[in-house]
Amino acid sequence: MRMPRLTAFLTATAVFVSAFTFAAQAAEEVHVLNWKGYGADEPWAVANFEKATGFKVVNDFFNSEQEMLTKIRTNPGLYDVVMINAAFNDQAMAGKLIQPIDVSKLSNYADIAKDKAGSPMLNHDGKVYGVPWVWGLTALAINEKSFDKPPTSIAEMWDPAHKGRVIIRDDAVEAVQFGAIASGQNINDIKDMDAVKAKLTSLMPQIKTFWSSENDWNQMVASNQIDIGTYWSGSADRAKTHFKLPVSLVIPQEGAVAWLDAFSIPAGSKNVAGAEAFINYMIDPKFYVEWVTKVGAPVSANTKAVDALPEDAFNRKVMGSPDVAKRIQFQAPVTDEQREKYLALWQELKVNVK
Amino acid sequence: MADQLAIGSRRGLKPALPLLLPAYLWLTVAIFLPLSAMVFFSFMTDLPLAGKEWTFTLGNYAAFFSQSLYSTLLLSSLRLGLEVTLWCVVIGYPAAYVLAKVLKGRSREAIFLLVILPFWSNGLVRIFSWAMVLREGGILDTALNAVLPFKINIDLMYSYPAVIIGLVHSYVPYMVLTCYLTLQAIDDSLIEAGRSLGASRRQVLWRVIIPLSMPGLIAGAALIFVPVVGSFMEPRILGGRTGTFYGTVIEDQFVAVFNWPLGAALSFILLAVVLIILALAAPVLRRAG
Repeated sequence: MRMPRLTAFLTATAVFVSAFTFAAQAAEEVHVLNWKGYGADEPWAVANFEKATGFKVVNDFFNSEQEMLTKIRTNPGLYDVVMINAAFNDQAMAGKLIQPIDVSKLSNYADIAKDKAGSPMLNHDGKVYGVPWVWGLTALAINEKSFDKPPTSIAEMWDPAHKGRVIIRDDAVEAVQFGAIASGQNINDIKDMDAVKAKLTSLMPQIKTFWSSENDWNQMVASNQIDIGTYWSGSADRAKTHFKLPVSLVIPQEGAVAWLDAFSIPAGSKNVAGAEAFINYMIDPKFYVEWVTKVGAPVSANTKAVDALPEDAFNRKVMGSPDVAKRIQFQAPVTDEQREKYLALWQELKVNVK
Repeated sequence: MADQLAIGSRRGLKPALPLLLPAYLWLTVAIFLPLSAMVFFSFMTDLPLAGKEWTFTLGNYAAFFSQSLYSTLLLSSLRLGLEVTLWCVVIGYPAAYVLAKVLKGRSREAIFLLVILPFWSNGLVRIFSWAMVLREGGILDTALNAVLPFKINIDLMYSYPAVIIGLVHSYVPYMVLTCYLTLQAIDDSLIEAGRSLGASRRQVLWRVIIPLSMPGLIAGAALIFVPVVGSFMEPRILGGRTGTFYGTVIEDQFVAVFNWPLGAALSFILLAVVLIILALAAPVLRRAG
């Protein structure tokens, strides 16, 4: 008896606030939770979707997967669509934060690559909990001004020539998996944590600062403060295409972490029909091609969308090449226990840097 | 006589109640309830959201003592608090003195406005402005190199000094305001009397002005020290890789890791340590005051 009352108490403020939102909200709003500047909030895309369907899009953003989970936990019923990295889908489903999706309502779902759509990370008990949207890499990106010729090895990050001009993301899981690749290990089954720790410890003096959003990264390059750092493939593409920054992506020979981003519908969504329409629009080839051309994006999970790109497009030619496919490792779900272990290691590294 | 006093004070409390009620109601709702909830959370294994199992535990507090990480961070945060407070005294006290005793009329108003001005802007805006000033190729770097005949390289961004600069700038107005109030209350004739009885300027400062303005200094120091120890925004943005402090770790627990129980426990340990420091300092400060 105690638990529900406590839950209610904990979320009282959130509910209180969202109650006001609902009162003011027209029934036809679609509340979308995603990274900022990541496709779903493009003004032209929102305008096209609103014109085609009559729904109104309201965007909200997060800066880390944990923040995203926090937001859907503490604001039940506020969001209709949430973008979740497939590796976190399990956690969201187990926490009853998202609901099964009726994919028969999504006309573009059939065109999604079978290996992505059938991913065990997104399907539970024969129900679909996530619609694959795009996939990409956490690889390296360089400031073109600092290199005559793009590096090929991850070891470049440790080069004394770049001391104080290296940047990595302030994220325990990403940092540890990056250390695993640098020490030649499987990111989903790290056997030698000491090797990872040694690698990251020797990287710390090289680092200028930690980034948490695309904006951080792009500003550091714009003001020419960094040479190289870990970055997401779609973000590097956007930095080049949209912001005209001297950034290019490097997929090191040692490999890179691959991730799959998918859309889910939070439990208690007030506008499931709107959510379905929005997700279907997001995986539509027409939206994707426009997104890549105008802004820059990761690789679509929809095969028809990728085929609609020009032959020599980076997302088709490089990301689709068998050579890259061999090098990349897809991220599997991380257990709470592992996450805590990674976090402890990461915090220790950050504290000892002083 | 005693009876009369008792009646008087009872009569004083009753009409005062309606006046006190809004403030206390607000404090109960806005401070006491959330704080009690946090105390409660700090003893739980997990948040009772989405049907998760939870039990009571002391583990969150034990985590602080079992890992040297947290005490190391707490010590560096306390050091940060002391350094920032010290710089605020060094910068704020003379400014307050000039405002209270030297300047009069219009010029005092103008200077006062300049001191208050930072208060009117958003904290985040202030920090990002510092980022533009302090970085390599930033405003400070460019300006100094334009004036100086030799080339110097100033890149203070993402370092400990950058955190100190940002925090001192944010908090120095507190010191100026509290010291100004006590300095202004010092009767000028006391200073004149000291001077006419043969005390040097320095003696007047140490024997008359500083002791009489001590309450302002103490109030300012407490107002600055406590929030600085728990600060997280300035270290995160200006500190770069050296910007990990006790406050940023608490923020991580709430925002990034969603471990509210541990975050709450760490916050209450901080509260306890700060209270102990203030309690230990109280007799010394009272004597000084």
